Amino acid sequence: MPKKIISVGKKIWATMTGWLKKFWSNFRDVPLISWLVAFSVTVALEIFIGQALARMVGLSKPPALFGVALVLDNPAKFLSAIIYMILVYGLPVGVIAYLTKGVGNQIAEWLLQFPLLLTSVVHLLLIYGVMHYWTSISDYRLLVARLAMISIIVTLSLNVVNGYMGEFSCSHPGFMALGAYVSSIFTVLLFVTDNRFGDALLPAFLGPFMFPVSLVLGGFVSAAGALLVAIPSFRTRGDYLAIISLAFMFIVKSLFENLEVVGGARGISNQPDYANLWTIFVWTVLAIWIINNFVRSTMGKALNAVRDGELAASAMTVNTQKTKMVAFLFAAFWAGIGGGLFAHVIRYINPGTFGIRKLAEVLAMVYFGGLNSVTGSIVGAVGFSLISEALRPLDIFKWIFIPIMLILIMIYRPTGLIAFREFDVAQLFQPKGKKDEEGVDHAAA
Amino acid sequence: MPLLEVSNMTHFFGGLRAVHAYNLEIEPGQIRGLIGPNGAGKTTIFNLITGIYDPTEGEILLEGKTIKGREPNKIASRGLGRTFQTLRLWRHMSVIDHIKLGRYSKLDYGLPGAFFSTPRRLREEEKTTKIAMDLLELVGLPETADQLVTNLPYGAQRRVELARALATEPKILFLDEPTAGMNPEELIDMMKIIREVHQELDLAIFLIEHRMKVVMDLCELIQTLDFGEVIAEGTPDDIRNDPKVIDAYLGKEVSV
Repeated sequence: MPKKIISVGKKIWATMTGWLKKFWSNFRDVPLISWLVAFSVTVALEIFIGQALARMVGLSKPPALFGVALVLDNPAKFLSAIIYMILVYGLPVGVIAYLTKGVGNQIAEWLLQFPLLLTSVVHLLLIYGVMHYWTSISDYRLLVARLAMISIIVTLSLNVVNGYMGEFSCSHPGFMALGAYVSSIFTVLLFVTDNRFGDALLPAFLGPFMFPVSLVLGGFVSAAGALLVAIPSFRTRGDYLAIISLAFMFIVKSLFENLEVVGGARGISNQPDYANLWTIFVWTVLAIWIINNFVRSTMGKALNAVRDGELAASAMTVNTQKTKMVAFLFAAFWAGIGGGLFAHVIRYINPGTFGIRKLAEVLAMVYFGGLNSVTGSIVGAVGFSLISEALRPLDIFKWIFIPIMLILIMIYRPTGLIAFREFDVAQLFQPKGKKDEEGVDHAAA
Repeated sequence: MPLLEVSNMTHFFGGLRAVHAYNLEIEPGQIRGLIGPNGAGKTTIFNLITGIYDPTEGEILLEGKTIKGREPNKIASRGLGRTFQTLRLWRHMSVIDHIKLGRYSKLDYGLPGAFFSTPRRLREEEKTTKIAMDLLELVGLPETADQLVTNLPYGAQRRVELARALATEPKILFLDEPTAGMNPEELIDMMKIIREVHQELDLAIFLIEHRMKVVMDLCELIQTLDFGEVIAEGTPDDIRNDPKVIDAYLGKEVSV
């Protein structure tokens, strides 16, 4: 009897995935630009009729994050949320993407004759536009979007060490803390009048212009901290880096807990609100661009060589010590930038923020998204941030659900969702559908 | 002046004397062989000269300058390329990237180039790709450039390793059992490629080999090693008839 049930279940599963595949094949040849257009229409739709529509299906306001939080709060609203999501997101996106794919492909084709920079700018502006208006509906969305983008920076930088270089570093929260504290001290000291650091030293209008300086400063301090970890641990291979970097994280945390000058365990607050959506967007794009440049260059490929065979790398003239050192400091720099942005989004930091839970989060994003892959890190950071936010109403059960999800991913895709794939921007913007090329799945190989 | 000169090199692993008073002189363009039974210390000699181990005693000169105790990557960029007995390829990397990495020390776009795609970097990467393609052509694998190296058959992987070593622009090439584990066809291909490489790039080659046919055909001079000491040195014909060599391989007749 149970055998029969299982076989029927399998059949249903097979037909369902078959349908999904067939359904998806209609969208295979939709270029990125059409998707972006479809999403911008959807966002406009939500802005103009979202409120009315939400009322109509029995919700008090448009659900902030795809309605998951709403449903978990009140399961009776399940149907309403689904209807809303389909009417505002599912249906319009699908229809418009499908309808505009011809035009979209023509535009993408036409854009090919221009330099890649221009095409990138067009796409980035569209992405930013969609995000800007999507987040304009609620402050909560804005916060989630900004934190998700910061997660991308941090995850990507950790992937350089844990994925591309194949070491296991645990000190990223420590680097984030260094960046967050340094940039916070910089901006609060110079541009904010408060009772910790006294009067503002410079006029406030200079603040936004000096903000990048404070971030870069934080990044460099993080990199200097990374040097402390790198010198003793890169003489050998294996678990030493994991242990030393974990120790480093705790050292940084207790350092700030005991430094009364910067608030001790109470931390620093009153950071000016410099980290708005577009600032973070620019920094995220910059991080992706630079890190992707690095890992795709022959110098960056040396990291993979060190990971997969250090002896052979050194016999091929690769200076393995220098390579590891540079990558580690580089990763710490970006973690510092991420920390600085984080401090100016939350506008309050304390040492407790940069503890073991943050570490678990960042590691989960890296391994969820996929090792050795920029796309994987982006997917991992955004996906994990959204899931984690959506499950917030579950409270403590969230930390049961998320680990189970991670365990399942580790079992079925040990290197993460999208691992060992190169992030080629030019390919991303290309018109689709002419030649149907399937990406080779290295993760499964 | 010989290209590579090793004099009186001795190495101990703890109390074990792995190599004793080893001498070697290689002239430009020479092909030399090193043979000996298992465990004689052949690969140890390779590792000592290429800087993976630091010899306990002795001197190693490359073009008259010492390379003893230098880091492997420095020695490699001074013109001493090598392959490994067990393949040491990078399993997640494509064939072309393997060969491009051999050019690591020749790239000088520096960190700015690595972080931002500067025109200089694009230029150098393009040049490197071209050189790598030429080398792939030389070893007969141009169509595999974008494949993952682990998807190639064994013989092809060996050739990728050879091309990778050639990308470092060696003046002298160390081949550690280049035909180990190959079938007869692959073996003949490999020997042909070694000959071609030798002629076209005018390299000196120093190789370890177990298959007598390969050593006898390729090498001008052969050293025989047993228990870390050279027991015979000479042309293939000398070696073939040397009683000490026969003893080392087959054992002595015991007089009752």
